[in-house]
Amino acid sequence: MYIYDELDRTLVAERVSEFRGQVARRLSGELTEEEFKPLRLMNGVYLQLHAYMLRIAIPYGTLSSAQLRMLAHVARSYDRGYGHFTTRQNIQFHWIKLKDLPDVMADLARAGLHGMQTSGNCVRNITTDQWAGVAPGEIEDPRISSEILRQHSTQHPEFSFLPRKFKIALTASAHDRAAVRVHDIGLHMHRNGAGEVGFEVIVGGGLGRTPFIGKTIKHFLPKRDLLSYVEAILRVYNQFGRRDNIYKARMKILVHELGAEAFAKEVEAEWQSIKDGALALDSALIAEIAARFRYPDYEQLEDSPQQLAQARAADARFSQWVDNSVANHKVPGYAIVTLSLKPEGGTPGDATAEQMDAIADLADRYSFGEIRVGHEQNLVLPHVAQRDLAALWRALDAVGVATPNVGLVSDIISCPGLDYCSLANTRSIPVAQELTRRFRDLDLAHELGRLHINISGCINACGHHHVGHIGLLGVEKNGEEFFQVTIGGRADEQARLGALIGPAVPYAEVADVVEDIVAAYLELRARPDEIFLETVERVGVEPFKERVYAAR
Amino acid sequence: MRLVKSGHVIDDRYVRVLDDAPIPDDVPVLVPAARFLADVADIARREAPTGVLWPNNRKVAELAPHLDALALVALVFPSFRDGRAYSQARLLRENYGFRGELRATGDVLRDQFIFLVRAGFDAFEVKKDADVAAFAGEIARHTVFYQPTGDGRLAAARARHGRPGPAEAAVAKGEPVR
Repeated sequence: MYIYDELDRTLVAERVSEFRGQVARRLSGELTEEEFKPLRLMNGVYLQLHAYMLRIAIPYGTLSSAQLRMLAHVARSYDRGYGHFTTRQNIQFHWIKLKDLPDVMADLARAGLHGMQTSGNCVRNITTDQWAGVAPGEIEDPRISSEILRQHSTQHPEFSFLPRKFKIALTASAHDRAAVRVHDIGLHMHRNGAGEVGFEVIVGGGLGRTPFIGKTIKHFLPKRDLLSYVEAILRVYNQFGRRDNIYKARMKILVHELGAEAFAKEVEAEWQSIKDGALALDSALIAEIAARFRYPDYEQLEDSPQQLAQARAADARFSQWVDNSVANHKVPGYAIVTLSLKPEGGTPGDATAEQMDAIADLADRYSFGEIRVGHEQNLVLPHVAQRDLAALWRALDAVGVATPNVGLVSDIISCPGLDYCSLANTRSIPVAQELTRRFRDLDLAHELGRLHINISGCINACGHHHVGHIGLLGVEKNGEEFFQVTIGGRADEQARLGALIGPAVPYAEVADVVEDIVAAYLELRARPDEIFLETVERVGVEPFKERVYAAR
Repeated sequence: MRLVKSGHVIDDRYVRVLDDAPIPDDVPVLVPAARFLADVADIARREAPTGVLWPNNRKVAELAPHLDALALVALVFPSFRDGRAYSQARLLRENYGFRGELRATGDVLRDQFIFLVRAGFDAFEVKKDADVAAFAGEIARHTVFYQPTGDGRLAAARARHGRPGPAEAAVAKGEPVR
């Protein structure tokens, strides 16, 4: 956990007071909705189909139990008793009233939470690996660099009115769980030949209506230069990014139109003039930020304790959950536990106030008071002693967050879609819910193995459909809801956009189509452990296309 | 529209000269970018102050060689959502060491004041009269800043150490930040 100091708290408090004034000016009519819009967006407040929506930042996906309880309180007191975890490690509340917003923000501020950097054309919440600090083999905890970036990008005087929103993601593991190649800036921490730690800098990635995989413009950026180089990128984008057309305003278009090489040259020139200035990070400054991360006081434990083996032998359901939802921890005797927010028939990423409170209590009891939010819209308890797994599982199961479907067909990533969002062309939550019913058979789900379905209700791609193993994109045709289907996308270190399998299919048939694709995979796969993605890579799109469209 | 400088409402002493009109010798003038660059040699010989109105889609690097001839650079916010002039302002102040008046013009509203000050602006053509009175309050309500910029405010990272960083030190000595 990063511990706020007085300066961090003051900044948030000043923001709350400023926003209270802005809301008062809006309610009195002094501000038009047009003028209020950018101000509310700087605080995470959107106007959706039915109400204002508040998006709260969860920097690099780390929450304390006290913060999660505060989110439960907001859900209960100001919303309809639940919240929605997003694909950018944030949480959204969809039914907040404008007049309540200043009080909500003041409550959140007491727990060090706020809505800054969750909307508007600024640098958005910095995201990273949800297993940061606990993943085996990690170079270092990427949250330290993320926090340095978070502070630097918060209320940035130069970059709060960029051409468009700006997303930065960071990972410090060889296996990328933060999708860094589909961000405006992706930072992949690694060591150079001399053993020094730095970053590969990838720019111009992004999904939306014009998806691009990012391009590497610097293979090794020393840590000391992190801020100055990011500043140089932002300065080039702020000045030269397109502002004539909102659909061409993201940095990926600038990088594409200039070419990665020319873009890199502009950045380099800008960087040379600032790299040895005020933004150069000295080791004292990095150490100061690092020192404000608190790490658990782990016990000395052995891996695979006897209690765990006994509990697994005694209960097949528990054992299946361990296989599915529990991952290796860098500290012996501990485990990383993923909590599925994808129960059968549920809305992906939703959690009720009661669940949040229960998870906060369990985090205190079993995970040193810490919770993580992943971009797959699940939660994580990052520091669980293996001997406690059985007790934890029973408690998680009792509140409905122990479905053993993590990474499987029913672990669906979905945007809110037309049920909430004014931009959507189609519903997406009901599609996700229907698919979880179709694939309710956990044995089948395990038989299918790793398979990611991503659903976006419109071309803005909040459900990251381009990088889903199966991607569903909602489109509107003559007033009817249709879905375009892609397969073979992936968001990891081998990031790739999915390929379209054919014409869009009607809303009512989309679940059947997914079932057909899955059935085709079972027939086509070379061996049981060849995952869906590998089969698509080996045989291509054609056999799937034939299967889906032959009967239609 | 009222002009605010150093926290006070002042009269704008600059006369705006259109592209082809003759430039009067004895009064401060504000001229468009193209005119300034075309007549820069003559303008440099003027006694009275000269200002340039510089558009937000033109590199300020073009202006850099001529900054000594300028008492004022007016940058433009065609809409408050268009933030290009923030970068231009920081480049002028922190990279090119411009120390004259840096004026924000166009869609200048109260919620931008703190960003503008931090980017190096010291004069503001405030669009709404109601926002003028709010100026001092808007600036005073912000006391914590995470970024070092050329305005000399102590960035949080340095405040934690209780010592100024290179940016603050440079500002204190009246030098360019970089």
